[in-house]
Amino acid sequence: MSDTLTIDGKEIPYRPGQTIMDAAMAAGVYIPHLCHNPEFKPHGSCKLCMVNVNGRNVASCTMPAASGMTVLNDTPELNGARRSLLQMLFAEGNHLCPVCERSGNCHLQALAYYLGMTNPHYVQFYPSREVDASHPDVLLDRNRCIMCELCVRASSEVDGKDVFGLSGRGIQTRLVVNAPTGLLGDSALAVSDKAVQVCPTGALLIKRQGYRVPVGRRMFDHKPISVVQTEGGHD
Amino acid sequence: MEPCEFPHIEQQLTPVFKRQGQGADRLLQILLEAQDIFHYIPAGALDCVAAQLGVPRTRVEGVAGFYSFLSLESVGEYRVLFSDNITDHMLGKPELMQYFCNKLWVEPGRVSEDDLVSVDSTSCTGMCDQGPAALVNGWPLTSLDHNRLDLVIELIRARKPVADWPPMLFEVGDNIHRAGVLLGEPFEAGAGIKAALVRGAEATLKEVELSNLRGRGGAGFPTSRKWGACRSSPGTAHYVVCNADEGEPGTFKDRVLLTSHADQVFEGMTVAARVVGAAKGLLYLRGEYRYLLQRLQETLARRRAAGLLGRSILGGAGFDFEIEIHLGAGAYICGEESALIESLEGKRGRPRNRPPFPVAHGYLDQPTVVDNVETFACAARIAEKGGAWFAGIGTPESSGSKILSVSGDCARPGIYEYPFGVTVREVLADCGAEEPFAVQVSGPSGTTLSWREFDRRICFEDLPTAGAFMVFRRGRDMFDAASNFARFFAHESCGFCTPCRVGTQLQRKIMDKIAGGHGTASDLEELKGLGRLMKDMSHCGLGHTAPNPVLDTLEKFPDMYERRLKALAFEPAFDLDGALATARRITGRDDEWAHV
Ligand SMILES: Cc1cc2nc3c(=O)[nH]c(=O)nc-3n(C[C@H](O)[C@H](O)[C@H](O)COP(=O)(O)O)c2cc1C
Ligand code: SF4
Ligand code: SF4
Repeated sequence: MSDTLTIDGKEIPYRPGQTIMDAAMAAGVYIPHLCHNPEFKPHGSCKLCMVNVNGRNVASCTMPAASGMTVLNDTPELNGARRSLLQMLFAEGNHLCPVCERSGNCHLQALAYYLGMTNPHYVQFYPSREVDASHPDVLLDRNRCIMCELCVRASSEVDGKDVFGLSGRGIQTRLVVNAPTGLLGDSALAVSDKAVQVCPTGALLIKRQGYRVPVGRRMFDHKPISVVQTEGGHD
Repeated sequence: MEPCEFPHIEQQLTPVFKRQGQGADRLLQILLEAQDIFHYIPAGALDCVAAQLGVPRTRVEGVAGFYSFLSLESVGEYRVLFSDNITDHMLGKPELMQYFCNKLWVEPGRVSEDDLVSVDSTSCTGMCDQGPAALVNGWPLTSLDHNRLDLVIELIRARKPVADWPPMLFEVGDNIHRAGVLLGEPFEAGAGIKAALVRGAEATLKEVELSNLRGRGGAGFPTSRKWGACRSSPGTAHYVVCNADEGEPGTFKDRVLLTSHADQVFEGMTVAARVVGAAKGLLYLRGEYRYLLQRLQETLARRRAAGLLGRSILGGAGFDFEIEIHLGAGAYICGEESALIESLEGKRGRPRNRPPFPVAHGYLDQPTVVDNVETFACAARIAEKGGAWFAGIGTPESSGSKILSVSGDCARPGIYEYPFGVTVREVLADCGAEEPFAVQVSGPSGTTLSWREFDRRICFEDLPTAGAFMVFRRGRDMFDAASNFARFFAHESCGFCTPCRVGTQLQRKIMDKIAGGHGTASDLEELKGLGRLMKDMSHCGLGHTAPNPVLDTLEKFPDMYERRLKALAFEPAFDLDGALATARRITGRDDEWAHV
């Protein structure tokens, strides 16, 4: 048993340095996730990718794979907990899918379908969050931000610009923009930046693209997120 | 370094940059000074600091927005923060704070219109043995009552600088009522280091192993294993970090150790440095204890002069060690060791992903030992007197003594040091608790004990504790205590992971709903479900323990919840009729049809 682990009973190889998530993706095993994107440094904040390893819960996107790990992933308990986490993400923000341009392309929404989230369950927080339309080409609607920091990582690791960051603490955590005014229009962001492409929700939208692809013909309208992402689609 | 566009701000910050240096790790320390100067961090200061340190503005804003003692809006010339622990509440905090606000004509959480003063609550300031307590511009006010507050109001109205206020307002007593091997026996500075030098690093580690010393910060990890792992981890430098964040509500024993036994703590750090091969130590002092900074620095200077710090300590060739003190700024999460390291590096206090662990990749990615204040005090004694002596005290799995911070309903709140294994009942008798009904052991993240469990023992085998011991007498409402703790966790969650960021808020909201008389049986089930979710899915110990007080009180005092519930199985959190109140007021109606 060297350099393999099992996920839900299936034996899977891994290379040293890979995380459980890396190994699963390479083997075509889907582990739900939102803040993870294989192009960037793992983050571990959304906790959707929590799996059970030899009796302990760990975030699969940050946990290094090790020989002999017995991983539980697609279980009713874990999927139930993941559904609750999704309901929390919906409750703390303002997600109005029917009027959101990202509908059908949104990872949050697609994961909710995948995990069978049929109601909001928790009381909605209805927070008051700022919308920033100052940039000529990009709209930032913090109402839909899930603080995954994918834009933060992309801007820093790929674009080399550090346009985004998080400020505040706890439930007051919010996305901030690197400009003396704090406005996207005064930042170094360009519409071609990687940071604009990676948002899993409708928090960052490219302007004047609205409904170019009609609802019904979008990424997750044909295939569930589990299939899209095991085929390698993340943006 | 680009020039900053705000010359008047830059001018005021220049001496700060001179004093603090310009490494990115100085960011938090610089912002603390900026807060003192401007009473907040103005937008221009974000830009100046970012330009000066060569970091993105978002990083500066990220830090400025994370810590409670920093603010992005003005908090006035005088910021008065009332300690919000349940023990402060039991001593009258809510009424006193209201009194204070009324007399000053300010609303809690708002700065007065003349920008003179703001009043708010803050998480436990570590003065539970002499509450109700508050901080004024960071300085601790203790034993507050109407008279003392009247004086404070006078001083604020007269705009007298806090430095010139009467010292009696700021007196902090040690209140040591029972001393043991750490607090009671004389300690000669240097004795531990001398013994360690004679023995050598390897043998000193062996003594720590023999002593069975386990961490006093709560988790009880064997100290020798941590030191050994750090010692054998490769790195360009090794670090010793003392965790003096003491953020757990109800805990104040580290305050007393640092006030009156600092030599022993620094000595323990120096012994650790010898063992792991560190040349630099850092003490992370919680912002609430900033008043101790000067005295601690004087102690360090004295030790340096005595050859106990600096180069070739006590003549040990190549034994160089320096200790630096970093200030926290109001964030409970920074007591978590990896968040603490982030904070030391001048960042937001966000717990890191593990592995890697700090012993291999800690401060500046180098092997680092993080230990509690009391752990280092023990280590100094062990170095001096040997491991066998220490192992002879306490119980088989919990050697040595434990310092308890006793507060709440008792005649003699303060510090009590016992050999491990003492029963809760003995402590209650010693502190003069009358008709004790419940005890919160180890703070909100610990265990709520009912009177049926007072024969349990303080030790790792039974009741592990970081030291808090809050007493509740018969007649106290444990639901209120759990609500207070739920508010604490919701306020202190760092916000990194979903289950804790949202879960602590939901928990607080449900407790508020029940307190408001709108709770139903289904809310109790919801609390249990949330608790399970936070325990199973959270990133760090804060989220794992945040449900403890709610789950414990639900189990042990269910009647205190049930008597507040409506007979219904379910009631929506949204009050439809209440929402129509504004419409009724506008239309001047209050008839039957204007209600649902
Ligand atoms: C939310 C949280 C807060 C903590 N606060 C403190 C603290 O204030 N002081 C402390 O010594 N340890 C605290 N700890 C424990 C530390 O992470 C760490 O275990 C400890 O400093 C190790 O030292 P020790 O082995 O000497 O106990 C905290 C842990 C968590 C999860
Ligand atoms: S804007 Fe999008 S990518 Fe950025 S943190 Fe928010 S949800 Fe994540
Ligand atoms: S459990 Fe809470 S405090 Fe810990 S990382 Fe998650 S949000 Fe932050």
